[in-house]
Amino acid sequence: MSTPTQSPRRARIADATAAFFDNRLATIGLVVLVLVTLFCFVGPLIWHTDQVHTNLFGALQPPGREHPLGTDDLGRDVLGRLMVGGRISLIVGVIAAVVATTVGALYGSLAGYAGGTIDAAMMRVVDAIISIPTLFIILFIASLAPPTVTTLIVAITVTSWLVPARIIRGEALTLRRLDFVRLVKTMGGGSVRAVTRHVLPNTVSTMAVNATFQVADAILLIATLSFLGLGPRPPAANWGGMLSGGLQYEYSGYWWMIYPAGIAIIVTVMSINLVGDGLRDALSPKSAS
Amino acid sequence: MTGFLVRRALQAVFVLIVVTVVVFLLLHALPEGPARAILGPRATPAMLQAFNHANGFDRPLPVQYFRWLVRVLHGDLGFSYKRNDSVTHLLATAVPRTLLLVGLSTVLAVLVAVPVGLLQGARRNSAVDHTLTAVTFTLYSMPAFWLGLLLVDVFAVRLHWLPPEAPSGGIVDILLHPSGLILPVVTLALVTLASFSRYVRASTVEQLEQDYVRTARAKGLPPNQVVRYHVLRNALSPVVSLLGLSLPWILGGSLVVEAVFNFPGTGFLFWNAAQGQDYPVMLGIVLVVAVGTVIGSLLADLGYAALDPRLRDEVGQS
Repeated sequence: MSTPTQSPRRARIADATAAFFDNRLATIGLVVLVLVTLFCFVGPLIWHTDQVHTNLFGALQPPGREHPLGTDDLGRDVLGRLMVGGRISLIVGVIAAVVATTVGALYGSLAGYAGGTIDAAMMRVVDAIISIPTLFIILFIASLAPPTVTTLIVAITVTSWLVPARIIRGEALTLRRLDFVRLVKTMGGGSVRAVTRHVLPNTVSTMAVNATFQVADAILLIATLSFLGLGPRPPAANWGGMLSGGLQYEYSGYWWMIYPAGIAIIVTVMSINLVGDGLRDALSPKSAS
Repeated sequence: MTGFLVRRALQAVFVLIVVTVVVFLLLHALPEGPARAILGPRATPAMLQAFNHANGFDRPLPVQYFRWLVRVLHGDLGFSYKRNDSVTHLLATAVPRTLLLVGLSTVLAVLVAVPVGLLQGARRNSAVDHTLTAVTFTLYSMPAFWLGLLLVDVFAVRLHWLPPEAPSGGIVDILLHPSGLILPVVTLALVTLASFSRYVRASTVEQLEQDYVRTARAKGLPPNQVVRYHVLRNALSPVVSLLGLSLPWILGGSLVVEAVFNFPGTGFLFWNAAQGQDYPVMLGIVLVVAVGTVIGSLLADLGYAALDPRLRDEVGQS
């Protein structure tokens, strides 16, 4: 591994960007992700639909000129609902990923930098919580109160800070033995300074890759919660709720109640994972040398 | 080796102690504690107080913790007032079913994922590799419940080959009607094998770049034999450790599959408890599942060390 000070930061970012866009799958993933985001956040400004009022006379209409993807069981336009429905997934996913990665990185870098008994004790706590399946913890939290966007973010954060904590702690263990971190103490800097100014900045690429994958996991998790009946409550739309709600019409032939939402989930999760893979390859020290 | 064994086992014991503290704190982090959880939303403050006094919940937390721990060690995981049954008894019927589902599907997932990952790694960037990547990526990105329901739609509803639900009786009943178990096992296996095969592929690619492979090729060994005699064993030992790390994740997948197929295992029990706010059952399951995962990953680490002597020290220290 080359020391980060050897080449100017800007050149390294340019190298990583070039490596990322050399990866065809990652580039496709990024393009799709941008399109999905535009679809969810700019789409409703162009395609005006009423997602609040129900219209039972216009329920379950097949796709046609007026409703390109048909209407749902309450007469709402499916295309418009798909646009609004992606918002919760993306917002919760991104915020939870950022918060969880930050918390995990702080915890992990402190443990790794401290080393010894403090490190061992801190990591056994991580081991203990990580041994409880994520879905069980989140269902437990969801059973306490009906999930809102805020409680969803909290619930997902409670479980997702553990993996970044483990990974970053591993990196901090390596970094604290390197001269530029060891010398902080010699020059009169405290542990906090060593961690925030010297350890954490060198783990940014790991954090970015990890956060990307967590957004994908969060979207699947929200969909699963909706299926289990403990997801965000209607009338707020979300893809998982649309999919699991539509599945009761599986044998009635109303395919537009199932496939648009299901495919939206698959396409989004897949492109996020492709971007994550691409980021990891582009940022790893092996490919840089 | 003995040093490693002792160190790793001590670590697991320590983690188990932390697990019990976490579960105990969860029980007491509930609004108004276990009394509210058990007596329900309509209990008056006086009732809560009487209940707390009768059960010793007004004692200091450390005292309560040790009393609770002693009961747990005697096999008493609490009582479900909603189902009028002891949590231990509920778990005794549910756990074997989940073990069967998880065990069978993990074996199936490994049996499929290893050859698929090896093939992909050995033929990197070929048409076969790209096709299999597309399949595994789709499986990985698909909500598990939808995958299960699609399989039901095709194999149960349209083709009438398999029953749409899992058998709900005891273990004997399940083993007598194995056809009902096929769809749940396959669903869970498809979900897990997607990530396993990615891992085997990456591991194979990494091994193929090592010097010993270059030597084997230089002495004229055909590519198939290089993979079979040299790469396979080295690429597989990390999979053992992956199994241990994936346990919590597989058990989460099992909850979804059990919900889809009405399979009354641990996950199904937990799901019902979450809907009915049956906290003694939820916390009992969390404790048992966490203990199971800790022991599972301990065994996986020991297996990994037995396969790869180089890693004994490394695993013991991390």
